[in-house]
Amino acid sequence: MGVVSPGFHGRPRESSRRLPPGQYETHDFPVLSAGPTPRIDREDWEFTVTTETGDRHSWNWAELTSLPSESPTLDLHCVTKWSKFDTSWQGVSLDVLLTGVETAADFVMVSSYGGYTTNLPLEDLLDGQAWIAYGYEGDDIPPEHGGPARLLVPHLYFWKSAKWVHGMRLLTGDEPGFWESLGYHDYGDPWREQRYQGD
Amino acid sequence: MADMNHHPDGHPASHGHGHGHEDSDEYEDGNAMAGPLSEIFAVDLTSAHGRCANCGITEPVARLRVYTRAPGLVGRCPHCAHVTLRMTRSPDNAWLDMSGTTTLRIPLTTT
Ligand SMILES: [Zn+2]
Repeated sequence: MGVVSPGFHGRPRESSRRLPPGQYETHDFPVLSAGPTPRIDREDWEFTVTTETGDRHSWNWAELTSLPSESPTLDLHCVTKWSKFDTSWQGVSLDVLLTGVETAADFVMVSSYGGYTTNLPLEDLLDGQAWIAYGYEGDDIPPEHGGPARLLVPHLYFWKSAKWVHGMRLLTGDEPGFWESLGYHDYGDPWREQRYQGD
Repeated sequence: MADMNHHPDGHPASHGHGHGHEDSDEYEDGNAMAGPLSEIFAVDLTSAHGRCANCGITEPVARLRVYTRAPGLVGRCPHCAHVTLRMTRSPDNAWLDMSGTTTLRIPLTTT
């Protein structure tokens, strides 16, 4: 399955093929949130990767946005059953950010401004599968959609794509994040409909 | 009713059955809570008063700020925004996390 959709436009047959089981297509962009929307000034924004040995790598706003960026067009699949096709983003691939990070970790705990967390295998952030995004549809990412910067991991349910991303801890063992600790699936593959624990 | 032959803490079975009620190491399984729990969860918990584990302020559950446009329900303390109560539902299970609440005082109606 390709992560970056080839950019064809919605004939019904294409649409159903792009829709994971149990999902419906929506054309608006529902706002889901587990708390108040944090307002983070770009001057104060920071993204930090902490390795399992305690090494810290951090980027401020200027450093993030001066890195080589990509403009992926992505299909989003939310566990609450909506899917949205052909969203366009601008951001930095995690391959770029993690290239200088020495680690033997297999897992990552992502954390956000406001306290949200989500966990995923490190390998799901690599090989062109994930970005720290700071642009949406040619503009800044609105705060309610996770701006100034959010994680994008479109091949997993959208709760893994943490809004207001602030940091990542690289871990040698898996730990559950905010929804993963309350009944939601640890991995969350929409094509295998891994919504809840045991799915 | 309870089987008093269990001595999980390694105490020899020297306590006679007749001393059961004086032995603080004795316990029953969770079914002993069935009556009290059914009483508690049958009431409207929104009238219960919860103490926030973060700031220590006690408020009725009904005053929590509950975020519902999410994969679950997230209740936050109205004073410090700490998550005090979370619930999710799958087709087969309900999940409840009260780790952000230290105590819950539940008014009981006596008739
Ligand atoms: Zn509080």
